[in-house]
Amino acid sequence: MINITEVIETNNMIQRENFDVRTITMGISLLDCIDSDLDAMCAKIRRKILSRAGRLKETGDEIGAEFGVPIVNKRISVTPIALIGGSACSSGQDFVRIAETLDECAQNVGVNFIGGFSALVLEGMTPADELLIRSIPEALARTERVCSSVVVGSTKQGIDMDAVRLMGEVILSCAEKTKDADGLGCAKLVVLCNAPDDNPFMAGAFHGVTMPDTVINVGVSGPGVVKAAAEECAGADFETLCEMIKRTAFKITRVGQLVAQEASKRLGYPFGIVDLSLAPTPAVGDSVADILKEFGLEQPGAPGTTAALAVLNDQVKKGGLMASSFVGGLSGAFIPVSEDEGMIKAVEAGALTIEKLEAMTCVCSVGLDMIAIPGDTPASSISGIIADEMALGMINQKTTAVRVIPVPGKKVGDMVTFGGLLGYAPVMAVNPFDCSRFIARGGRIPAPVHSFKN
Amino acid sequence: MKKAIVTVVGLDTVGIIARVCTYLAENSCNILDISQTITGGYFNMMLITDYGKSEKSFAVIREELKSLGEGIGVEIHVQREELFEKMHRI
Repeated sequence: MINITEVIETNNMIQRENFDVRTITMGISLLDCIDSDLDAMCAKIRRKILSRAGRLKETGDEIGAEFGVPIVNKRISVTPIALIGGSACSSGQDFVRIAETLDECAQNVGVNFIGGFSALVLEGMTPADELLIRSIPEALARTERVCSSVVVGSTKQGIDMDAVRLMGEVILSCAEKTKDADGLGCAKLVVLCNAPDDNPFMAGAFHGVTMPDTVINVGVSGPGVVKAAAEECAGADFETLCEMIKRTAFKITRVGQLVAQEASKRLGYPFGIVDLSLAPTPAVGDSVADILKEFGLEQPGAPGTTAALAVLNDQVKKGGLMASSFVGGLSGAFIPVSEDEGMIKAVEAGALTIEKLEAMTCVCSVGLDMIAIPGDTPASSISGIIADEMALGMINQKTTAVRVIPVPGKKVGDMVTFGGLLGYAPVMAVNPFDCSRFIARGGRIPAPVHSFKN
Repeated sequence: MKKAIVTVVGLDTVGIIARVCTYLAENSCNILDISQTITGGYFNMMLITDYGKSEKSFAVIREELKSLGEGIGVEIHVQREELFEKMHRI
């Protein structure tokens, strides 16, 4: 039988160390909503989302109360809209209409984000893909809860450099269209390489075409819990530290699995995956940077940071894999800048640069995330940053992503506030040297040699 | 059997266990295990109860125990036992 020490340990994690189930994300396929008439299609989308997710929020809250674990967000991911809207949309405006429909549905069912205003253009864009991508700035400016992602490469297929070039322009235009909110639109737009189909975390969530009709994915988090575990290993060797983190990761992933199964049972849709990602929030004590400091670094960015992050990421995955047979999504450590108090301080202290963050993304779970850059950064430089990050993902067979915010009118060192979970960030310097001739080439970067495993 | 874990945390005072147990008895919740410690003047109690035969729902029991705790100046949480089973047992 459970003893008092175990009960106290669990409740300390929840009450003092900010352990939470970060999100229950319901993936909904919209493939059966395709119609050549835009109005008819929007009506079908509305019907489907409302019928599937009508009880999502309420069920999440009930489960959270019964276990005493906060379930912070309830979200929805849908089939990439570029695949759905092709026959109904003849202009970017038509795609914006779909985004508005999604936003309205999200509001109606009470979820805070809906992901899937997306295009998968790994080896080239269809006319629908291109229309959707060009409509992203308008769509994100006119909606509140819609998240957008564009997958531009993979290890198997290489990188579509035409899309990379276009995304540099789209990100700038997205910032411009939401300049009253310091380019907030860009915080809901991510460019990915090797994107998983079952990621429950925004902004990169979408419901892959290989998935069942409706599925429940759960994302758990707990940087504070891992930090507390690391505190217990002060001065110990790496083996001891790794063992401790693995055990902690196991425990918190088990809670994710429990919540996912319970949600799946109550809502009547299959359970997909559990994603254990140490996702920081701007709250004190909920920081991945603080874990790295606990490992023995003065600031993230100091020599040794990449190794520390590699250790953390790997132990989190190992503990998680033992805890659930269906670990998926991104599972590992996220290193967004604006959402992590410790990262923000490291940037302010001059310890952390974009270049160091790029190195860290080779070993973390995703990529360059929530980084504010000067508003006058050229589109080609943004495309260059994307290309670098996509290349890292392609060669290393891992998911990588770019979510940068070129803040209109802001210079290096200025502070930008996005609010809520998105946090605040100092504007970081981008390497001033030019890459426009490289980006202007266009075309595709062929898949690397180790993609040929057939 | 439906098991729940009741935890009580707060400043030690006379009759905390008595009140909680009386409430559970009045609502047909059987107590399966009970333990307590006092650390730094703080009272920590955990008990495992079977609420399967109670006429009240889990949500009602949770809320009523919460307000009972507020009345005597302690925090009372009720959580389903599976949470702890999953986390601490392979």
